[in-house]
Amino acid sequence: MDENIQLIVSTAPHLRDEDSVSMIMYSVVWALLPATVCAVYFFRGRAIGIILTCIIVALLAEAAAQRLRGVPATLWDGSALVTGLLLALNLPPTVPWWMAVLGTAVAIVIGKQVFGGLGHNPFNPALVGRAFLLAAFPVQMTTWITPFDAVSASTPLAQGAGGIYGYGHLYLGLVPGSLGETSAFALLLGALYLLYREYIDWRIPVGYLGTVAVISLLAGQDPIFQLLSGGLMLGALFMATDMVTTPITRAGRWIFGIGAGVILMVIRLWGAMPEGVTYSILIMNGLTPLLNRWTRPRIFGHGGVKAHE
Amino acid sequence: MSLQQHTGGPSKPLVEVGQEVKLGQKIADGSSFISAALHASVAGKVVEIAPHPHPAGGEVTAIVIENDGSDEWAEGIGPKGSLESLSPEQIREIVKEAGIVGLGGAAFPTHVKINPPPDKPIEYLVLNGCECEAYLTTDHRLMIERTEDIAFGGKALAKALGVKKVIVGVERNKPEAIAAFQEIAARDDLFQVESLEVKYPQGAEKQLVYCLLGREVPSRGLPADVGVVVQNVATAAAVADAINKGWPLIKRVITVSGTGVQEPKNVEVRVGTPVKDAIEFAGGYNGTPGKVLMGGPMTGIAVHTTEVPVMKGTSGIIVVPREDVKQYDPSPCIRCGRCVDACPAYLMPVTIANFAEKGMLQEADQYGAMDCIECGCCTYVCPAKRFLLHWIQLAKHQLLALKRQNG
Repeated sequence: MDENIQLIVSTAPHLRDEDSVSMIMYSVVWALLPATVCAVYFFRGRAIGIILTCIIVALLAEAAAQRLRGVPATLWDGSALVTGLLLALNLPPTVPWWMAVLGTAVAIVIGKQVFGGLGHNPFNPALVGRAFLLAAFPVQMTTWITPFDAVSASTPLAQGAGGIYGYGHLYLGLVPGSLGETSAFALLLGALYLLYREYIDWRIPVGYLGTVAVISLLAGQDPIFQLLSGGLMLGALFMATDMVTTPITRAGRWIFGIGAGVILMVIRLWGAMPEGVTYSILIMNGLTPLLNRWTRPRIFGHGGVKAHE
Repeated sequence: MSLQQHTGGPSKPLVEVGQEVKLGQKIADGSSFISAALHASVAGKVVEIAPHPHPAGGEVTAIVIENDGSDEWAEGIGPKGSLESLSPEQIREIVKEAGIVGLGGAAFPTHVKINPPPDKPIEYLVLNGCECEAYLTTDHRLMIERTEDIAFGGKALAKALGVKKVIVGVERNKPEAIAAFQEIAARDDLFQVESLEVKYPQGAEKQLVYCLLGREVPSRGLPADVGVVVQNVATAAAVADAINKGWPLIKRVITVSGTGVQEPKNVEVRVGTPVKDAIEFAGGYNGTPGKVLMGGPMTGIAVHTTEVPVMKGTSGIIVVPREDVKQYDPSPCIRCGRCVDACPAYLMPVTIANFAEKGMLQEADQYGAMDCIECGCCTYVCPAKRFLLHWIQLAKHQLLALKRQNG
């Protein structure tokens, strides 16, 4: 036997799962594909323009910020791509191109890179970008058009239940709204894929949507209308399930989802704005470190000795 | 033959350089309460008592014996009498004198385990037939080939402990082994067979006790705290050999496997056999070896040289070819929480690892670093390929060192 063989030494375990961060990120992109296709189908050229703008700016901003920080560029981990696409799907179809650029730059630079990049941001970057635009340009951010014919219109939420849009319109997305939020069907399709891959935890959307349904019922609102309108589906399935900004414990994820549902309904029922998905998730993002601390699992062996049978 | 084969204090040599020893002769004795005797696995001349590479890294004093090939047994090796004629004390003494330690991997001295303090009454003996890891098949083969010996050893251990029930826990994917023990249970009320879900780490002592009996071993405690003693099936077979044949623990069955060996097989080897000889016996390397693991792929140690000897606790040798060794570059944690979901001790591995990485030992301790069973599941599932277990182990070592320092 050859005595000169150099053996590789490392710590255990010597087996690793195949999954990687970039696989997760690109899966999210795949999962957003149905909603993206719907956006392009409903809003045509405007949608293509905004989506491409956001994605390109996201990648450029990420590269620029990482260069300034003097850290290796990690453009291909897919995380900037996800942020750009998500923000685009959260914008109204009529938004001017420069606003999309500004919002994306804020999302990547202020929302993510200043905290240290992927994994270190406390708030969902795409929502940071959207919240910034909403605060800075409230009029442009709430100007809506109908799908296909692009006629100015108000959203179903602003009209309230019993408006001109039925459940079918809402489910398929044939209503005014942000690019990717209108079709619950397309969003559910993508989310089912992520659930199947176990890339998102069902506890958050179930807690979030369930709470919205229960509070709607209690407040005498139509729960199905509340669930299907506005950015709730997009938020609950794709933003509130962002791994980085949500709790790492199962109990914490339940509280996260339920808490976001409560905040959303408070805003929708009593707030000055018709919609509150962005803020409900951002507020719960802020609570995430605390939730992690409060919901530490009971360590095996710390429950006291079980009684002998 | 390393003086640190087991958990606990190192053994004290009883022989000198130049001395002739016989097969099975005691060459080192336990130094403290938790320690074990060591016996010559060959007959021959002691040529060296000096530091020698140890699988855990670094060097530990070892007794090197030149095999004269005679295999002449030491005096006094022979049957110890029937089980009925032996008292519990005598059984414990035989086990202690035979230098038997847990053969599942942890190598905890068996005589200590079967001598629990009087304030901890033991109700059950569990024979662990769950292979501790993938690739390893020694327990499986032993259960089929040496069922009677394992049952005999189980009976002896049960007598030493004074328990009325022996539960044999076997994973469901080993139906032959389950059937073999069901036969034993059918004619002997002492035994009960339980088939268990196939999952890792099912063979971990505390997790096994919980699965079988629903009893949770308290933090930093032992199964004895909930009235249970767990012994590996191979240990039971070794006890049978010690009583029926008078053999001390000088050989064991190991799995030599992995795509880096020509003919993967289970082999019975003498304790102290250099790893390279065991690999040679399995047909030698297949291609260029990358990693040689002692133990399984999840908890095994990647040794730096195949000069290291097979230990009492070595359950397998796995050779990973160079082209199959993946080296990972960890990326930032994306807080997916998979490690939290995967941890069988219900810890938050990422949090402990982060504290450890920053040298925040007290915080790591508060988050239960010492309760980590080092199964490696957190690191296996991590999509960012972070070295979670590595950091947690570091925190554990540092915390233990701190404790020793502070008395």
